[in-house]
Amino acid sequence: MNMLKKLLVLLVVLTAPSLAMAQPANPAPTPVTKEVAAPVVATPAAVTPVSPATEAAPAAAAAPKSMDGSLPGYTPMPPDYKNSVGMPKPKEIDFQEQFSDNGQYAKWINNTVLLPIITIISLFVLGLLFMVILRFNRRANPVPSKTTHNTFIEVVWTLVPVLILLGIAYPSLDLLAKQFKPAPANAVTIKATGYQWYWGFTYPDHGGFEVVSNMLKEEGDVAKGERFRTENDGPKLMASDNRMVVPAGVPLRIQTTAADVIHAFAVPSLWFKLDAVPGRLNEKSLTITKPGVYFGQCSELCGARHAFMPIVVEALPPEKFAAWVKAQGGTMPGATKPAPAAAAPAGDNVAAPVAPAGAATSIDTVAAPVAAPTK
Amino acid sequence: MTTIAATGTDLHEHDHHDADHKPGFFARWFMSTNHKDIGTLYLIFAICAGIIGGGISGLMRLELAAPGIQYLQGWASMMAGKEASLDEAYHMWNVLITAHGLIMVFFMVMPALIGGFGNWFVPLMIGAPDMAFPRMNNISFWLTVVAFIMLLGSSFVPGGTGLGAGTGWTVYAPLSTSGSVGPAVDMAIFSLHLAGAASILGAINFITTIFNMRAPGMTLHKMPLFVWSVLVTAFLLLLALPVLAAAITMLLVDRNFGGAFFDASAGGDPVLYQHLFWFFGHPEVYIMILPGFGIISQIVATFSRKPVFGYLGMAYAMVAIGVVGFVVWAHHMFTTGMSVDMKMYFTAATMVIAVPTGIKIFSWIATMWGGSVSFKTPMVWAMGFIFMFTVGGVTGVVLANGGLDDNLHDTYYVVAHFHYVLSLGAVFSLFAGFYYWFGKMSGRHLNEFLGHLHFWIFFIGVNVLFFPMHFLGNSGMPRRYPDYPEAFAYWNGVASFGYAIMAVGVLIFFVNVIWSLVAGRRAEDNYWGEGATTLEWTLTSPPPYHQFETLPVIK
Repeated sequence: MNMLKKLLVLLVVLTAPSLAMAQPANPAPTPVTKEVAAPVVATPAAVTPVSPATEAAPAAAAAPKSMDGSLPGYTPMPPDYKNSVGMPKPKEIDFQEQFSDNGQYAKWINNTVLLPIITIISLFVLGLLFMVILRFNRRANPVPSKTTHNTFIEVVWTLVPVLILLGIAYPSLDLLAKQFKPAPANAVTIKATGYQWYWGFTYPDHGGFEVVSNMLKEEGDVAKGERFRTENDGPKLMASDNRMVVPAGVPLRIQTTAADVIHAFAVPSLWFKLDAVPGRLNEKSLTITKPGVYFGQCSELCGARHAFMPIVVEALPPEKFAAWVKAQGGTMPGATKPAPAAAAPAGDNVAAPVAPAGAATSIDTVAAPVAAPTK
Repeated sequence: MTTIAATGTDLHEHDHHDADHKPGFFARWFMSTNHKDIGTLYLIFAICAGIIGGGISGLMRLELAAPGIQYLQGWASMMAGKEASLDEAYHMWNVLITAHGLIMVFFMVMPALIGGFGNWFVPLMIGAPDMAFPRMNNISFWLTVVAFIMLLGSSFVPGGTGLGAGTGWTVYAPLSTSGSVGPAVDMAIFSLHLAGAASILGAINFITTIFNMRAPGMTLHKMPLFVWSVLVTAFLLLLALPVLAAAITMLLVDRNFGGAFFDASAGGDPVLYQHLFWFFGHPEVYIMILPGFGIISQIVATFSRKPVFGYLGMAYAMVAIGVVGFVVWAHHMFTTGMSVDMKMYFTAATMVIAVPTGIKIFSWIATMWGGSVSFKTPMVWAMGFIFMFTVGGVTGVVLANGGLDDNLHDTYYVVAHFHYVLSLGAVFSLFAGFYYWFGKMSGRHLNEFLGHLHFWIFFIGVNVLFFPMHFLGNSGMPRRYPDYPEAFAYWNGVASFGYAIMAVGVLIFFVNVIWSLVAGRRAEDNYWGEGATTLEWTLTSPPPYHQFETLPVIK
């Protein structure tokens, strides 16, 4: 009988890995993580300044930085403090409100599946301990029983946890498959590079410009005339001078790498965390469902100022994103194409349906304004 | 060779003649080859390290009690002997978290559980006169002491931005290679080498002792579960520590000899270090908890006056945990950018560990079920352990899910989880073992009332300290931060308050120990009564300097 239990344990140990291997719900498309010896600085199809969009750019880039981070055609979005969007809430015990589909799914898995299960298990154990205290204390039960085995119950407490774990594994692996769905071909690529101790956000699809993002200090901590944090920028220690601006409702391809030591690009309200490793280019897709400002902080120990290199993602409606790109001196992908441009977007759209179904339809419609020339 | 049944009186009379001759003070404590003396040394050492490591966490909770940097710059200035810059203060924070982690893992929990209780009670429980290699036992201990001095010394030499090694206990490259200039990290690495070598020697000693020196009749399947737990732990140490040694040697090569194992610009890969580290690091967490499992099994059986329920299941559950513990390491690396297949495998494999762990929890409860349970101090600690370890275990199941870990990784949720299994798991088992065996080791009783008071204050304190960290992690507070946004202030304040409560509990513990050593009631041979059936209870309290000169026979 004990052999039986040993066998069971052994069986579980042996089968679980193979089970996991057999599970990849969606036939695991190309591994999303790419390894490259040196991060390739992705050059967009046409960097050569042919488009009319670029003519205003140098002026914008050369313009002196304003005290609130605004640029011609772009004013930083004030964060939604009232609803604590994209930031932690005082005394909060739950996850932050999620602004990506996978984030909502993940939060649902935790709060609706896992949290009740683990609470019940903990209370069950606690209840049993209280029963022991009440019923089997020395006064209530002076003569101990001699039972040391009960095959049935031992099988039960081996098999029931296995079944519970299988129940957890299903949504869990499903979530992983969803998170690893690669971004469609026409997704907007942003490369986040971790430096000691700030972030650089490169936009390879938009002319390859890099936005350097430093934490904003408090008014008392900067020299006169320098920019300091205001409430419009975000909470203390979470605000940065130049945000990572992205279009909302559009698939993003977030790539991370680092220049010196390992950092981690993390935004809790988007359920997104990806290490930035020197010599590697990690990649994950993300679609932000709503325009807004989402705050995150570096999440891998990177030296002295580890706690002081926040990440601020500002998701804008696509046309406002295009305006921001222009203000940065970048170009929109469609706009860079010369005369036969009309054919080019069509070509893009042919490529797009290769991406997993379901997401594809919405991508085409939502992405269109981004890809289209803004002028 | 004739053997006699082991009864306390027989041995007692026997010992007074020749077995109780002790060497002089220096020879006894500095050149010791006696497993009980070495065990005592380990326990004293672990208590000293625990005071330092726990004191460091007190500094951390003090700084974190409110947002803003309050004390750090002052402490950094004190360490440096001159006014420290803000960056040096931040570096000081990283030194504190690194030291706290390394000290608690390598110099408190491991020496206490394996070196202390393992040395003291493995030979006693298997009816052996001593460990197999007494001199190796001695060098294991002294290597650990030197390792500890090296680690403490590293805080006073340059380590990059400021003094000391600020790499985190994981010593990730390239922060630990190109990211930390100066001898501090080299010293910390060398300290790990020494501590690792000491543990490997100790592991060899335990395996040899347990396989070869069991009393006649004590088959493997009759061994007390504490001995089983140390046996499994010793194998984990033997297999895991060489990998750590290799990984940190590669760090040394990268740092000092132009190596590029982890340098991407020369063809290396920083993630390789993480794989090597966690191939050691994950078994390491079982190394810290398995002996605790063993202690809890002994205590629960003793105070329920019942043999352990499902003995073989308990023993092989530990073996299963040890085996599976070697194939789940990359769940510590879910965000490094691994492929979906790897993430799915490590998610599933990690969840499997919940099954043997569940077997243990339920078997302990089944042991109490139908028993005649007396709630003496060791037993309340054991019951606290069972509940707290369950809580830490179920949050481990949450973290096992790679998709959820994308948010929780490197947040305070992880900090809460591993403190529930270590600070409330391993440490509870340490206190349980200490209250259980202190009378046997010292010959004097601890005070029951103070023991219970210690338990309740400590229990409330650590829960107030660590439970809010789940909330902080959920709402996104990253680990290893000396300062945090205003929104995290409330639960951080609560946690720091919990630390203060816990500290009062520890104070009561020390009062209890000192009181007992000075004025404690003399302990009888078997002071826990009929439930205590293992061989150490057949001996006097404290046991003779050399025991079992005539081997006991197990029927």
